[in-house]
Amino acid sequence: MPPLNFSVILPLLVLTVWACLLLFLDLFIKNKSITALLAALGLVIALGLTISQIGSSDTGFNNMVVLDGFSTFINALLLLSGLFGVALAYGYVKRTGIERGEYYTLLLFSVTGMMLMAQATDLIVVFLALELLSIPLYVLAAFARPNADSEEAGLKYFLLGAFSAGFVVYGIALVFGATGSTNLSVIMNAASSGTSSLPLLTIGSALILVGLGFKVAAVPFHMWTPDVYHGAPSAVTAFMAAGAKIAGFAALLRVFTLAFPSLSSDLTPIFVVLSALTMIIGNLVAIAQTNIKRLLAYSSIAHAGYILMAFVPYGQQSVVATSVAAGLFYLVSYALTNFGAWAVVIALEKAEGKGLEIADYAGLGRKYPALAAAMTVFMLSLIGLPPTLGLVGKFYLFRAVMAGGYTGLAIIGVLTSLISAYYYLRVVVTMYMREGEPETANEPWLNLTWAVSAIATVVISLVPQFLFAWASSAVLKLF
Amino acid sequence: MVDVAYYVALSAILFTIGALGVLIRRNPLIIFMSVELMLNAANLAMVAFTRVYTVLEGQIFVFFIMTVAAAEVAVGLALIVAIFRTKHSINIDEMNNLKG
Repeated sequence: MPPLNFSVILPLLVLTVWACLLLFLDLFIKNKSITALLAALGLVIALGLTISQIGSSDTGFNNMVVLDGFSTFINALLLLSGLFGVALAYGYVKRTGIERGEYYTLLLFSVTGMMLMAQATDLIVVFLALELLSIPLYVLAAFARPNADSEEAGLKYFLLGAFSAGFVVYGIALVFGATGSTNLSVIMNAASSGTSSLPLLTIGSALILVGLGFKVAAVPFHMWTPDVYHGAPSAVTAFMAAGAKIAGFAALLRVFTLAFPSLSSDLTPIFVVLSALTMIIGNLVAIAQTNIKRLLAYSSIAHAGYILMAFVPYGQQSVVATSVAAGLFYLVSYALTNFGAWAVVIALEKAEGKGLEIADYAGLGRKYPALAAAMTVFMLSLIGLPPTLGLVGKFYLFRAVMAGGYTGLAIIGVLTSLISAYYYLRVVVTMYMREGEPETANEPWLNLTWAVSAIATVVISLVPQFLFAWASSAVLKLF
Repeated sequence: MVDVAYYVALSAILFTIGALGVLIRRNPLIIFMSVELMLNAANLAMVAFTRVYTVLEGQIFVFFIMTVAAAEVAVGLALIVAIFRTKHSINIDEMNNLKG
């Protein structure tokens, strides 16, 4: 029997044990701020271990999990997202009266699921990771109970999430039937040598795509997104929007580039249509929104479309490395911008869902110039205008897609970005041009989050080559 | 031995019934049962394919799937109970606080 190689998933193991201990310790901790700090400490330790793994690659558990540059990159990003998630929740749960210790434990469990997703090289582990990340998120979405909106969001997320899990599992069963294995590299060999049943394999991979499409909120599997993002507590939404998306795309990238490259002639057209539809519908429907949470929800759908562009040339050996690296880069840019924008939303949110209309942002520019400037940076980054990370991310993506020969898709991307400028800039105009008396929550961790995100969004965009080089080196080890 | 194609066909039918049930029914409990049907369709397919390939993997994974399904039930039923306490109804059509 081969060795299990626990060191491959060391950060994941440490975080799991930490979360279990925290769940128990929380019983005796009266002051829930301490639970939050302990959770953050666990994330920092795991992040340190992940950083110490940079450059190493190995497999473990009989090739069920892998440690490579790709997983290290994604894990670092996920742990950072977890830290942002804790920082955003710290003051928010106190203010909204939902301060319970389980919040942080559930968040940690969800992060472990996401990390497992990035390391899985076996379809069944992908499924387990998917559920491990989703089930805590269902609970977190309904965390503000007995608030009816939050409960409704929880149930909707749960039903659609379980539905999509059904698709993933059935897809896995069919792929198993076609190839006799759930291991990605065995599947690839069976698929490319032609010993597998092609219809079963194609249908199976398409079902997996549908299931993961739900998770990353790609059109037409996006119906749940606005309602869930709107109803869930804002701190949860921020974490969910970034974390679940990063993990979902990590799994999609690994599963499709590793196991199904031989199906690319069948699947690439599907990716083109999904990506184009997601960009167009996400951006068009966002125009009609007056509530900032729903606006950001549709914006997150639209960004799923941009990231999906990275998959389009996945069957072309010469382009796939740069396109996947561009996808990773865009995930970083999206995560930073997303947390920043949600931090501003949380700063302005009042009790009982007040302060969430775009009109409530009137006068922010005069009264809180720093906060308004940060929000402007995030909006510019979401549009893809200089001097922000969003521009650089989109530039890399469009370049990769055009190198793959899909100029039409890149044009759709540019046009939809132009459309998106309308509704993002409306927020900026409201902040600076309208009169109003907004009030914000002044919480140190919250302020730190939006300040750090805004500075990072601008600074990294000035020297993007380092991050892109890291993303490229992370991807090269994937193949 | 019955041909494996029959088992796969049956699992496909079960999966379709489950998926349609999720889309058509309005009661979260029934929707939830339909989701379970989808998962069990996958289990059936897994077990059938395991017979073909004479490996054990598929049968082991069925246990994984069942365990995960049980965890989902725990969370799902808790959510439904919490909602029933707040609204005294669990009809999906009354879940319309959030829209726009």
